[in-house]
Amino acid sequence: MPDHLFVGKSIPRTIEADKVTGKAVYINDLKRPGMLYGKILYSSHAHARIKSIDTSMAKQLQGVRAVLTGQDIPDVRVGFLKDQTVLKKDVVRQFRDEVAAVAAISPEIAEEAVSLIKVEYEKLPAVFDPFEAMKEGAPLVHETDARGRPLKSNILPLPWKFAVGDMEQARKDAAYIAKDTVSTTWVNQCCMGTSGCIAEFDQNNNLTLYDQTNVIFGHIGRISEYFERIGLAGKKIRVVNPVVGGSFGTKLDTDIYEFIAIQLALNTRKPVKILFDREEEFCALPPRQPAVFTIEQGCDKEGRLIFRHCEAILDNGAYTSWGATTPSVMIMPMSSLYRVPNVYFKATCVYTNNIYAQAMRGYGNPQATFAVETSMDSLAEAAGIDPAEFRFINRNRPGDETPMNLKITSCGLEECITAVRDRLQWDQKRGKQRGRGVGMASLIHVAGGARVTKSDGHGIRVKLDEFGHVDVIESGTDQGQGSPTVISQIVSEALGVRPEDIFLTFGDTALALWDAGTHASRHTFMAGNAAVIACAKAKRQILDMAVELIPRLVKGEFKRMKRKDPEFVEPDLDYGLIANPEDMDIRDRMIFPKKDPDHPYFKVPISEILRNGLHVGIGESRVVAAEAFYDPPTEMLNRDMKGNLSMTYAFGTTGVEVEVDEETGEVQILKLVAAHDVGKAMNPTLLLGQIYGAGYTGVGYGLTEEIKVRNGRVMNPSFRDYQMLTAMDVVPIEAVIVEPGDKDGPYGAKGVGEPGLVPTAPAIANAVYDAIGVRIRDLPITPEKILTALKERK
Amino acid sequence: MKKVSVSFTLNGDPVTADVPVTWTLLKTLRDYFELTGAKEGCGVGECGACTVIVDGQAVNSCLYPIPEVEGRSVTTIEGIAEKDGSLHPIQTAFLENNGVQCGFCTSGMIMSAKALLDQNPDPNEEDIRKGIAGNFCRCTGYVQIVESIEMAAKADK
Ligand code: FES
Ligand code: FES
Repeated sequence: MPDHLFVGKSIPRTIEADKVTGKAVYINDLKRPGMLYGKILYSSHAHARIKSIDTSMAKQLQGVRAVLTGQDIPDVRVGFLKDQTVLKKDVVRQFRDEVAAVAAISPEIAEEAVSLIKVEYEKLPAVFDPFEAMKEGAPLVHETDARGRPLKSNILPLPWKFAVGDMEQARKDAAYIAKDTVSTTWVNQCCMGTSGCIAEFDQNNNLTLYDQTNVIFGHIGRISEYFERIGLAGKKIRVVNPVVGGSFGTKLDTDIYEFIAIQLALNTRKPVKILFDREEEFCALPPRQPAVFTIEQGCDKEGRLIFRHCEAILDNGAYTSWGATTPSVMIMPMSSLYRVPNVYFKATCVYTNNIYAQAMRGYGNPQATFAVETSMDSLAEAAGIDPAEFRFINRNRPGDETPMNLKITSCGLEECITAVRDRLQWDQKRGKQRGRGVGMASLIHVAGGARVTKSDGHGIRVKLDEFGHVDVIESGTDQGQGSPTVISQIVSEALGVRPEDIFLTFGDTALALWDAGTHASRHTFMAGNAAVIACAKAKRQILDMAVELIPRLVKGEFKRMKRKDPEFVEPDLDYGLIANPEDMDIRDRMIFPKKDPDHPYFKVPISEILRNGLHVGIGESRVVAAEAFYDPPTEMLNRDMKGNLSMTYAFGTTGVEVEVDEETGEVQILKLVAAHDVGKAMNPTLLLGQIYGAGYTGVGYGLTEEIKVRNGRVMNPSFRDYQMLTAMDVVPIEAVIVEPGDKDGPYGAKGVGEPGLVPTAPAIANAVYDAIGVRIRDLPITPEKILTALKERK
Repeated sequence: MKKVSVSFTLNGDPVTADVPVTWTLLKTLRDYFELTGAKEGCGVGECGACTVIVDGQAVNSCLYPIPEVEGRSVTTIEGIAEKDGSLHPIQTAFLENNGVQCGFCTSGMIMSAKALLDQNPDPNEEDIRKGIAGNFCRCTGYVQIVESIEMAAKADK
């Protein structure tokens, strides 16, 4: 097998040159003829009855084209549990409740119109703490469920429960047990590009939605369902992505503003754009879900885990989006990070009058891993075993099947733990305290798709023109992860062309086949596999033509030469070399016989074959095009929450060395080592970017980031107050790439988009503990918390 | 609304904008000149996505009142590549070293980097980090952005 020409190489992102020249068109930049601008009026209370809405002044403002309230649009429920309507007409249950919407000829007029809408409310008792909300007699956030049946409690009807083994016996068998309660808070995805979309109907009421979603087909599913209920059943919906300014989970669900844009467009018969400002991004976009975990683990005398028992309470906020399904992902680290035979996990989602939550990079994994890895340190201490050693003892290994029935194929966790230990000089540094410490945490994550919907498929189309240009129509989306480059590398390699020959179209449902979504770190794995299959088909078409055409072309050339020069003697060639497509290959734009790759006559540019195959002059012309739909043989979770939902799993370990200033409580990261089993690095430079970026977000999660929600209201809706890390927050980060190769991945690759974030916060918390001997169990680890904990210790 | 007529140099060309007096430079660039490379990430001077260069200084154009641009020279991301399309070394470095991911911060980031390198062609890591301290990026963790700028500084020599 010759070396790869493109896969595994740090090919620059030249394909995305528009992004460095200001040419890339984001939703912010996109305009449609006659387009109007939509704005939303949000609630002014966390829980209140709407007594009246007066839109008369707003309607009179010049330039306003529509003012809608819940009275003006069909009363249709949307969302994961169908627990809200698009515009709220009776009761508001959180500050971000959408009460009215305006479309106007400019954003400024729309904004002014919104400020002219008068709403009269009657306040209702509210509840902001999930533990309070669970108590009997707590104010009910919802009086009825989606079907109108009365509700008695704020607890959601989502029984997230996982149990394997004999917990009672396991407790008896354990030599050491540790119990911790840890909590995590709301964090914002902080996409630099804010949310937005343009909804546009044609004359026949077919919808084109210019939208940043990373689940283009799921979007269509949800909007079609809505259409059915508002009298637009059967209408065609096309979702088109502009260039997307970051996603990180925000674009997984269909948000309320998207339905509002659709309603405004329907009402005005004009394209309508809604674009969030930064404050809306903080207040009206569902962030990462907060959770409180009580976790208990036990091990035997040798340090082998015997059981893990954990209960989680999740603040659901007032409505249900994907945030409420994060426990399905939490089950993965709970059951399968490290070898542990007896596992119990239960998660309860509770309605409150807080903002509701959605997905963010890693889904529920960062929260759950914070719990597991805090507990791993506690238990290691109880057992008197070095925490790195303790993790090593319990590491996952290739060939394991976990209590959740995950089938572990490739697994580089051993190498990751060892690499972190070495690079941090763990054994010298651990346990010295005096303000400096080291800590580590590991992760498991899906890395070969994630069957969370019935199809986990991904389709791809490949077509070549007569010049050898390759159009690749991807059914995934590009939110900045580098897929245009990586997919072009895979296609070039598989087809035998060059990355600069590849032209990619992402995110257009009218052109693409189907995809479950660019989420769950699945894109490279899924699209890569689909591309390999489609390219093999296209390549075969080319080679079929080549075996026919090359002898003809060569003989024709000889004839011409003979005509020119009667002396010319036709060389005696072995046409058997190119008799079968199997005997031919394509590499770097050239077709050649495998047995004689540099054959002077049989090595032919791909474009020559494509051209001669198309322009033949009789009714036999051919084009080369192929498609593939790859759906891996994985399983959905069954009723017991078991199932091998991914073809393969990512593993990794993050280690950090910190210095803690006991006077100020400041934590400084002296070194962060992120070791990741990625299967195979498709593009090492781009891969590092994923690890660095995710690692940084993880540091923010660990140390600074927090949406401060007081009585349901977001108190810090700006970058400055939110404290996202800047370039001045230096994190000396070192990535270690472990490449065991994965048998099912394209060229051995596994997914890597989310993993870097997952173990970062617990690694920091564990390092802080090593440095100063106090354990912070509540994220983020702020100086105030450290100072308080130090005071309590004294 | 009261309008002003503001004349200045934009990416080397003399221009005049007739826009409402309350408009910012960012709004004028995007809505009047249709130069949409500079982005609005916050609109209140916190994120740097709107960074352009005015008389050699990197500024947040979302805060810059348009009347104050009179007579000045403004350079935007659209104005730093060569006329034949060949990229500025900073642009090339961002592509080669993965200094760009989603790209939303990139226009501003590159303009801050350019202002820095124009003033200090040989910056150390700290200079670079200070130079982009006002430019937020959620995707990259800044590491490869800093490296890209280092790379561009070297390429320029
Ligand atoms: S948009 Fe100007 S600083 Fe954020
Ligand atoms: S590249 Fe996405 S915000 Fe910087």
